[in-house]
Amino acid sequence: MKKKTRRFYLAAGIFIFAAGAVALTLNALKGSITYFYLPSDLAALEEKPTTAIRLGGLVETGSLAYGETEEDGKPHVAFAVTDGDTRINVAYVGLLPDLFREGQGVIVQGRFTPDGDHLNADTVLAKHDENYMPKEVADALKESGRWQETGGKAGTGSAPQN
Amino acid sequence: MPSLYEFANPVRFERWARPAIPWLVGATTLLLVAGLYYALFNSPADYQQGDSVRIMYVHVPAAWMALFCYSLIAVSSAVGFIWKHPLADVAAKETAPIGAAFTFLALFTGSIWGKPMWGAWWAWDARLTSVLILFFLYLGYMAIWRTFEDKTRAARLAAILAMVGFVNIPIIKFSVDWWNSLHQPASVFRAGGPTIHSSMLPPLFLMAGAYMTFFAAALLQSMRNELMARRLARIDSGEKKTAASLVES
Repeated sequence: MKKKTRRFYLAAGIFIFAAGAVALTLNALKGSITYFYLPSDLAALEEKPTTAIRLGGLVETGSLAYGETEEDGKPHVAFAVTDGDTRINVAYVGLLPDLFREGQGVIVQGRFTPDGDHLNADTVLAKHDENYMPKEVADALKESGRWQETGGKAGTGSAPQN
Repeated sequence: MPSLYEFANPVRFERWARPAIPWLVGATTLLLVAGLYYALFNSPADYQQGDSVRIMYVHVPAAWMALFCYSLIAVSSAVGFIWKHPLADVAAKETAPIGAAFTFLALFTGSIWGKPMWGAWWAWDARLTSVLILFFLYLGYMAIWRTFEDKTRAARLAAILAMVGFVNIPIIKFSVDWWNSLHQPASVFRAGGPTIHSSMLPPLFLMAGAYMTFFAAALLQSMRNELMARRLARIDSGEKKTAASLVES
């Protein structure tokens, strides 16, 4: 075998070995790499997790409610996170990010109450989707009725089809 | 038709690279001025991000370049490793600091966009973490070159790191599809066409063009510097040898 050919196989071998090792590692760590669970993922479990988790989905339209305000100005808020199939109630005390609103993708981090009734969030992150457009275009889409809130996957968020 | 080997010759490289650089610098200036003008003044604000969307015009092309530069290092390293191409290792070595700078720019601008939009400077999601690993790969690659005096040995070890690290590139690209992540999925290079409104694409592509010509100019110049430094080192060691042989005789 020529030296060149030998080096070629060596390089290919190194790459394939590394790719295989990484693929196995990532597969084993799947649960920790995923940044959040969908409400359906949690509904599939027999018991609600007792550790802190991240839950992602859309803020259910009509579910947002403000309660009393703390002395430091932080409001109590309650809303539901949905993926279209399952909904989970969330309670949070604090200021919400600018992009937070009903129908918007959101990721909350916190623990379930002992009775599993709702999630007490300590962090709320707004999730931006992959759609970028000027306000006029968004308004025009809404007006013509072509705006679609595709609930389903939290990852896709509101996706206007055009 | 000139064969690829003609470009491999360092002397020939100097002959075409030197006059190419001023043109590339000129193109960079034009594209950057036009790109920044569109990005900052002549493009619409986003319907939900407002003016923060303008960060995207700096961030997204920087992230593209981060991936492109690393891929170029991996390919050049493979060519250098297998065929011992005289310029491939130099190209790989000199691409690294530029690529690292683009990666840092992408991480930094992403962070200042993330705070107002997501509500967090940083999140350990798959996309952000894999890009941070890319940044460390760049630093590790550069460190290997500095660790070994012997350039041939440094080139071989750096090439192995570059080829192993190339595994990370598809992971970065598909991280937003494979795992639930905070970072949004691809908006431009995706099946079904871009989800960025056409009025926002010109500044994005102008900036991408500016980064590309800047990269080409910076790479050619640093390759010339490196080749010149190697030639000087050879002359220097040659003189020492001659002096030593004179002393001996």
